[in-house]
Amino acid sequence: MTGVLLRAAHVTRRFGAFTAVDDVSMGVQPGEVVGLLGANGAGKTTLIRMLLGLIAVTSGRVDLLGGPPDRQRRRRLGYVPQGLGLYGDLTVRENLSFSARAYGTAEPALPPPLTGYADALVRELPLGARRQVAFLAALAHSPDVLVLDEPTSGVDALARAALWDTIRAQAERGAGVLVTTHYMQEAQQCDRLLLMSDGRLVAEGSEADIIGSTTAVAVRTGDWAQAFAALNAAGAPVMLAGRAIRVANADPAELAGVLRAAGIEASLQPVPATIEERMLMLSRQARAS
Amino acid sequence: MTYSVRSATVRFGPTVALDDVTIEVPAGSVVAVVGGDGAGKSTLLRALVGEVPLDAGLVEAPRRQRLGYLPASAGSWAALTVTQNIDFVAGIYGLAGDELAARRAELLERASLTPAAGRLAAQLSGGMRRKLGFIMAIVHRPALLILDEPSTGVDPVSRIDLWRLASEAAASGAAVLMSTTYLDEAERAAHLVVLDSGRVLVQGSYDQVRAGFAGVVTRADQPVRAEWAWRRGRDLHEYWSADDPPAGTAAIAPDLEDIVIALSLARRNAVPS
Repeated sequence: MTGVLLRAAHVTRRFGAFTAVDDVSMGVQPGEVVGLLGANGAGKTTLIRMLLGLIAVTSGRVDLLGGPPDRQRRRRLGYVPQGLGLYGDLTVRENLSFSARAYGTAEPALPPPLTGYADALVRELPLGARRQVAFLAALAHSPDVLVLDEPTSGVDALARAALWDTIRAQAERGAGVLVTTHYMQEAQQCDRLLLMSDGRLVAEGSEADIIGSTTAVAVRTGDWAQAFAALNAAGAPVMLAGRAIRVANADPAELAGVLRAAGIEASLQPVPATIEERMLMLSRQARAS
Repeated sequence: MTYSVRSATVRFGPTVALDDVTIEVPAGSVVAVVGGDGAGKSTLLRALVGEVPLDAGLVEAPRRQRLGYLPASAGSWAALTVTQNIDFVAGIYGLAGDELAARRAELLERASLTPAAGRLAAQLSGGMRRKLGFIMAIVHRPALLILDEPSTGVDPVSRIDLWRLASEAAASGAAVLMSTTYLDEAERAAHLVVLDSGRVLVQGSYDQVRAGFAGVVTRADQPVRAEWAWRRGRDLHEYWSADDPPAGTAAIAPDLEDIVIALSLARRNAVPS
């Protein structure tokens, strides 16, 4: 499989007067893991639903595996929604058998950590095991395109590493993977990131490309509680990181003034901003406009 | 004032949910409990709230009126408005009249929920509902604030609001204990406790946890011993014990995620020889 597996070209979707997705162009190539980031209401879910062919575009064009996302092409797609899409009242085996038949493929064998659960009801499984079952169901037909919504939410670090191993193995055999996430640890596992805000694609590339010109200042002081209160009262987008205080997109001189006025001694140091801080600044801009 | 759980063990039938766990939550700090599903986070928090009796150990917590608790699920009534939810809980603590009105207005403003004050809780987004639950847990200015996964399923912007609210509570003197499944969130706390299958895997400040990690982590395309390796993006990282450092492979500076995975593997695989 060569070329772009999943592509949106100038895609717009309106619901009445509301524009949920506004002129977005993006693509996923074979072998790459692409992370789609954005706050709630940024348009991620609407974009995904158009890419999957679940809702129509208002304008623009969506291509899945070289054509419109019809039933035939959707058979070559694997999707793990945030709610996992399993039937809680069916057993693990019954769930896998159902999805295998829906995709016209053989039922997958259970890997060792799941063998003991074959006849357990899915709703009685620990979350980590439920996630593994959802992955098995979505991967049994070796899809060319894999779409995952917050794939590792709620599991421990070791289970998360194992799930990323599975995701990476899919990319290595040539599948294109699109991951939507809120979490920086998931974003850091991706090859390339897309950031949406207010329906638009506002940044694309590496973590550094996403953070762009957003800056942050670390405030270190003996009395962090007072410094925090003073900066918060001054309306700064202040956050705590251990005993240090972080302020996104702030002017160090202005912060120093606020702290001086409150009689607080502190050292201020510019530090690299985080993806979360970029999202916070975007949402403040959207609220202000 | 420091609240604590000491040598706590909790069993549910044959399952050991907490196994000899000790944690301290000092006034004025945020302590984060991190772990996956089934690690024992909720049990530990509920032990402090007094909802789960210990099979062994001691709990030191303020009386119920001085305690604020946001449970992992719900935390508000869907059929009441935001204002009604806050007023109902405030009433239980004897807060009323002008004092309540002022406190409610202040908290709604800080949580960016003022425009939603008249909305039914059922009509709030996930992030807004967690912020409402937070307000309800803190309306009576508790000495100990316990938040069970306040940020799970919450978008990054609301998550920063929640962290700011928790930081404010600590800055004004409360002891704050929160659970999360994400290490990058736990890094922000003054003290973090990593739970794994009911036991404390490691705890301390972020710097203490890093300084206390004695092993070596290497990066490679192909691991030498697959059972000691894990995925980080396109690379694999591998753990070596301090007694048995790898020959000829450059070590990397492990981050918190690496350290927690390495310690989890060490527990599961037993110490490498």
